[in-house]
Amino acid sequence: MQSNSKVLLINHEKCTGCRLCEQVCAVKHHGASNPSRSRIRVLKWEMEGLYVPVSCQQCQDAPCLKGCPVGAISRNEELNRVEVDYDVCIGCRTCVSVCPFGAMHYNAIDGKVAKCDLCDGDPQCARFCDIKAIEYTDGGDVSIEKKRVAALRLSTVKKQAAALDEHTA
Amino acid sequence: MALDRKIAYINLTTGDIEVKPIPMEVRKKFLGGRGLDAYLLYNHTEKGCDPLGPDNALIISGGILCATLASATARTHVMAKSPLTGLLGSCNMGGFFAPEMAWAGFHHLVIKGKAEKPCYIYINNGEIEIRDAANIWGKTVTDTQWAIHDELNDKEVKSLVIGPAGENLVAYANVMTGVKNAGGRTGMGAVMGSKNLKAVSCRGTMDVKITHPMEALEYNKKFIEQITGAKVNQTQGTLGTPFIWGATNSWGGVRTENFRYNQLEYADDIEPERIDEIATETMGPYHMAGCFGCQVHCRAQYKIPSGKYKGKYDEGPEYTSQGAFGAEVGCRSAETVLAGNHLVDQFGMDNLETGSMIAWAMECFEEGLITKEQTDGIDLSFGNDEAVLEMIERICYRKGWLGDVLAKGGIPASKNVGKDSFDYLIQVKGMANLHSDERGTPALALNIATSSRGSDHLRSRPAIDLYHLPEKVLRKIYSTPVPYDGPLSSEHTEYVGKPWQVFWQENCYMAVDSLGICKYHTTFLGATLPNFENWPKVLYLNTGIEMTPEEIWEVARRNNMIERLFNLREGATRNDPEKGDVLNHRYHDEPCKRGAIDVIGKYIVKDKFDAMVDEFYEHKGLDKNGIPKKSTLKELGLENEPSHLV
Repeated sequence: MQSNSKVLLINHEKCTGCRLCEQVCAVKHHGASNPSRSRIRVLKWEMEGLYVPVSCQQCQDAPCLKGCPVGAISRNEELNRVEVDYDVCIGCRTCVSVCPFGAMHYNAIDGKVAKCDLCDGDPQCARFCDIKAIEYTDGGDVSIEKKRVAALRLSTVKKQAAALDEHTA
Repeated sequence: MALDRKIAYINLTTGDIEVKPIPMEVRKKFLGGRGLDAYLLYNHTEKGCDPLGPDNALIISGGILCATLASATARTHVMAKSPLTGLLGSCNMGGFFAPEMAWAGFHHLVIKGKAEKPCYIYINNGEIEIRDAANIWGKTVTDTQWAIHDELNDKEVKSLVIGPAGENLVAYANVMTGVKNAGGRTGMGAVMGSKNLKAVSCRGTMDVKITHPMEALEYNKKFIEQITGAKVNQTQGTLGTPFIWGATNSWGGVRTENFRYNQLEYADDIEPERIDEIATETMGPYHMAGCFGCQVHCRAQYKIPSGKYKGKYDEGPEYTSQGAFGAEVGCRSAETVLAGNHLVDQFGMDNLETGSMIAWAMECFEEGLITKEQTDGIDLSFGNDEAVLEMIERICYRKGWLGDVLAKGGIPASKNVGKDSFDYLIQVKGMANLHSDERGTPALALNIATSSRGSDHLRSRPAIDLYHLPEKVLRKIYSTPVPYDGPLSSEHTEYVGKPWQVFWQENCYMAVDSLGICKYHTTFLGATLPNFENWPKVLYLNTGIEMTPEEIWEVARRNNMIERLFNLREGATRNDPEKGDVLNHRYHDEPCKRGAIDVIGKYIVKDKFDAMVDEFYEHKGLDKNGIPKKSTLKELGLENEPSHLV
């Protein structure tokens, strides 16, 4: 099967901070509402109106994978994700301590580490995020929209500079 | 699961804490949230208890669906006897508090007594602790929450707090959570203040098991599509509630200069589009925020663009602030609306009541009932922006004679001001009316007059009455889940059929408040949104409880009846100008001067209004005096109250 290049794309500027992503993640994986069990979390700076969803980046060169002393973590190219084999995992939490995003977490209820598994290709967080702060999209295209915004900004600056030249000439 | 969430009884005088389960019988009878709160209040207070005394019960809750996957199960409800009205006190807010309380193990807290010194309650995964609040007393609403984060070294803690207004026992102080989620109306913040209780903080990591998780997930997706598919919610999600103010003002339904007019002219600077422009300029294109699990995201973020409070961050303003610090006080400045909104959020006081009190004082001032000596020299003329902001602060800190008097609430204040000042007080049961003017809309007038917590738009307002929906559509909505074959009219200036609509909405909103979901997710502003027909499935998939639409309707009727029983026990009678189901005489005597062609000249015809109240009572099963018939109480299983089931 052709390898999948889809990624979870998070645009925190759009996030409304509702935390439905946490809710559906926990229900999907544990049948329970409980954000502490969610693999995606929304961090908030409330007095700045800043809400940032954080989840696993499915790193190409993943520190959790490298750090795992028993080789329980591997890359699944088909789903383009980093995954934990719980039959091998010894629960040492090394992965939790080395993840630079805090995306690997330890769940005290199950006594297990947990991370985003992209819901096996249908991530519920993206499915339920109505405002599309979280999208599940082709990895090759993730930056094109950002490029468009930056391009527009650049051209505007150039136009303004040209206008200024005319004005001061 | 949701059903194993408990009730904690906390006595702040003795420090005693008792935790009890909520029996299934009680769930089936009252569901939870506001409905069960009403039952608890009726059972845990005595007739005539002092609202600011230790015997008043402060009840904090989430609905039965709180924290479950039922869409926007964020609502926190707080109930107690009101220091503002002396009757039922009740407030409901969004945010993230109630779900956190549910993850910490509780659905209801019943708080009695009075702490010796300032304290706060901390609940962490089933453990309840009463902690010293000496270091946070005096702080504003947001500072209090962040100070608690620091003290507990946990930024995920969610707190329900009071600001300085609650500490100073302002009769309409709020209970608040987050930056601006406000449990406004009826002064629940003052009740907290009277108990020396600065905050209730929760942290929970306990599962709320979903009975049928995968089905609930799929149904929730459909449910959300129904909710966000409604045009009204798409507008809410873009402009927030200010859009309602814009629409209402344009047809002449906004109380202006207290009650002189029904429309604010030349209001461009406080129109929703302008408010949205400021939010965009200060917070960027994505400036809407949502409560827990909600895809409507109706809460705007903004920074104050200019003036004394320039650069201060806040959320809202809701349309109530456009009324309170705009039209009611005759001001036309976005800066004043946004600054006023910010001050009441930080102080923790009700924007509606605050604006209404200032508007009333302004009319009294202009009519010569309040002197310049009494205002400490402040020119309280309508349209004085600076005076409005100054008075907000004076009320919060009870500064000066007038600040202290206005902080007592409408009826006590009118007794202090004297003469015929009571006539200028636009209130029902001692609580100020919303900034809307109901003279052109008899259904809405009936709603505010008969609402259980005093004049209010969130207890029984048939807002869709303004849409002139075809009778066929109205018939479909209003004859479900119980048949109704009486008259219904698409015309909002009509009187026929309206009592049934108000009765239906009263039950709809009670159901919503007992389930613990938001009114924007039901038949409030949109005619296509979920209601009784949809709730049984949501309830079943999330909690396992099987109930029919008719059974949920019965619960709502029962819960509304308990609220009425409470008010009757506290001495409410039908025609009492201070506690009755009546309107200020100006609704009947002064016709609308402005607005749309079918609103100008309109007033509420007294005879027709009385006939509406009669009919409304009949639908509810009350006699002509508003007292429940024995047969009604028996039918609702309330013949032996207080029954002390919990």
